[in-house]
Amino acid sequence: MSARTLPLLFLNLGGEMLYILDQRLRAQSIPGEKARKDEWTDVDRKRVMNDIITTMFNKKFMEELFKPQELYSKKALRTVYDRLAHASIMRLNQASMDKLYDLMTMAFKYQVLLCPRPKDILLVTFNHLDAIKDFVRDSPGILNQVDETFRQLIETYSCLSAGEFQLIRQTLLIFFQDMHIRVSIFLKDKVQNSNGHFVLPISGPVPWGTEVPGLIRMFNRNGDEVKRTEFTTDGNYVTPQREGSFDLFGDRVLKLGTNMYSVSRPVETHISGSSKNLASHAKENITPNPLAKEELNFLARLLGGLEVKKPGGSETGFRLNLFTTDEEEEHAALTRPEELSYKVINIEATQEPGRRAELSRILGELEVAEPRPASSGKGEDLLALMDGL
Amino acid sequence: MYRKEKSIQLKSSSAALYNNLSVLRPPGRQLLCFSAVHGPSVTVVSAAADGLGFSHRQLQAKEGGMALSTCVLTQASWCVLPSRVLLVLTSQKGIQMYESDGSIMVYWHALDVTEHPPAQAVFARGIAAAGGRFICVGTSSGLVLVFDIPPKGTNITVSEVLEQHRDAITDIAAELGRAPDGAGDLVTADDAGTLCVWSAGEEFTLLSKIPAFGCTCSSVKLWNGVVAAGYGNGQIRLYEAATGLLRAEVNAHARWIYALDLAPQAGKLLSGAEDSFVHVWKLSTNPDTNDVEIEHCHAECVTDTQVCGARFCDPEGNSFAVTGYDLSEIFRYAR
Repeated sequence: MSARTLPLLFLNLGGEMLYILDQRLRAQSIPGEKARKDEWTDVDRKRVMNDIITTMFNKKFMEELFKPQELYSKKALRTVYDRLAHASIMRLNQASMDKLYDLMTMAFKYQVLLCPRPKDILLVTFNHLDAIKDFVRDSPGILNQVDETFRQLIETYSCLSAGEFQLIRQTLLIFFQDMHIRVSIFLKDKVQNSNGHFVLPISGPVPWGTEVPGLIRMFNRNGDEVKRTEFTTDGNYVTPQREGSFDLFGDRVLKLGTNMYSVSRPVETHISGSSKNLASHAKENITPNPLAKEELNFLARLLGGLEVKKPGGSETGFRLNLFTTDEEEEHAALTRPEELSYKVINIEATQEPGRRAELSRILGELEVAEPRPASSGKGEDLLALMDGL
Repeated sequence: MYRKEKSIQLKSSSAALYNNLSVLRPPGRQLLCFSAVHGPSVTVVSAAADGLGFSHRQLQAKEGGMALSTCVLTQASWCVLPSRVLLVLTSQKGIQMYESDGSIMVYWHALDVTEHPPAQAVFARGIAAAGGRFICVGTSSGLVLVFDIPPKGTNITVSEVLEQHRDAITDIAAELGRAPDGAGDLVTADDAGTLCVWSAGEEFTLLSKIPAFGCTCSSVKLWNGVVAAGYGNGQIRLYEAATGLLRAEVNAHARWIYALDLAPQAGKLLSGAEDSFVHVWKLSTNPDTNDVEIEHCHAECVTDTQVCGARFCDPEGNSFAVTGYDLSEIFRYAR
């Protein structure tokens, strides 16, 4: 609905992705001297993070992103992150990529849901950007790119009304509807129930600009208060102390959007396939959408500006595993319920002559990467399509 | 007090949209009908009074042209007119009107996209029957379309376009009780929080305009000349419709209010918000003393739920139904 949702969705999901990758890279890293040629070091980790952040904040990409437009479908967006995660020497198997995307989306869904005011989604975004700036604090060039985007966010969103922010929030909530993947860190912290739904607290500070519930005031026709009563509920609310900062630098106050992962808290997801809610989630977009070609053109144009790094070492050496062991990763791939698979769009790029010409031109501009081993999906994979040209 | 009853299971979850529940009691039939918007579709459930039989139907948003992303419905509401009942759906593309059981679409009105500046969202939202003859629907540009509805058939026309609001319409409500003189038949609310009170007819007349105070008004009701408005900062305010005077201010909810409803026989007001709470209030108006009073009757916490729809199921307010974001059920409560 709101045409201003995509930048917020992209940046926040991207931020969560970086938190997770950083945590996994640290967990799997070996001190520099002791590392074999095919093991992760600290230097590798920083390089991967820098590469991904540079790609994410690519100027042309950001320009396109900030143009008013409807949200991408879940599948189209997933493809963008697939691409982004591979913008460096790092490789992820399908199972790890699926898990990464599950974690990213559930984390941001949680943040959107728990934002006290719709406008606070901007503070969540700023929390992610603050952390990203910290990841690249030693690289002034990339830091500059991120600051540019920060400024663009402030310019685009500072003047929106509360009603417009609520529309953005509603648009995001529709995007996240029916996703109930259980995340173990959320279950442990008791912010998610075992049925996958989030816990909504009825205590704590009220949003900035809201009064603590309880007071009723009645006025006569002259505007004088003539009666005052109070009511109580089970809720236990307090007045907030201060408002978060919407400037380039400042205390955001809100904790949503800050990094909740650390090396000692590995992240697992549980996929529950038995909930019937999933049926409605899975039914959408299974039939090939001929108009997805429009999305492909657009997507291809965006990604056309990205350099795809060629993997230097062997395929397994630079692979990142989101699970604790390779066996776990394999097991996850085999047991992922059908209805939760992120089916990539099956595009028939050769249907209309006009489109075909445009598409080829755009795809021709892409740097051709070394052919990637066939992904586990059957049929034409969007990435394979682009690589094959 | 109210106790929780058995929920009605839905085939799809409810979307986080304002006023996302509509209830119909077809006259002369032991039935209750509910509708809740899922996103690109709306679920319509008919429940037999004995609670044993249910029938479900899903209606889709009409795409109306080539679309890159799915078209989303913003609201569904039954409009009760003296001669017929229509089910009205509003979406990003336009307005669909069906026979009350959703079986046949009788009218489609496409929104004029060119009327909106390019970066702005386009959608219709806010539905109410007015003046015994019209159905009013709001748009994201602040217009209110007035449709003239014949007693039967499909010859529905746009009789007027009301241009008082400058922000997206959020909700529209018709007088549910008896309006004192000059108090108006209809109230329209918008994203900025401005309220307009109208008298309905061949030509609608603006009677009063209640200025915004900096908060979105997401839901509004009109009863015995009193406007009850729910706001984004969790407040409910009561105004005199004819004069626009503020008569009561309630710090009702800790988060954005999503739905208000009113039971006209008893003057009961229902409010539902993102804070998981649903409250029942009692309004009383005294036309002789000009007193307007509101008292709190009941609080219900729908655990871990962001309420998006709340409606009374009977005109005395002895029972009500609630929907929540991402949940595939309709919660029911009764005395």
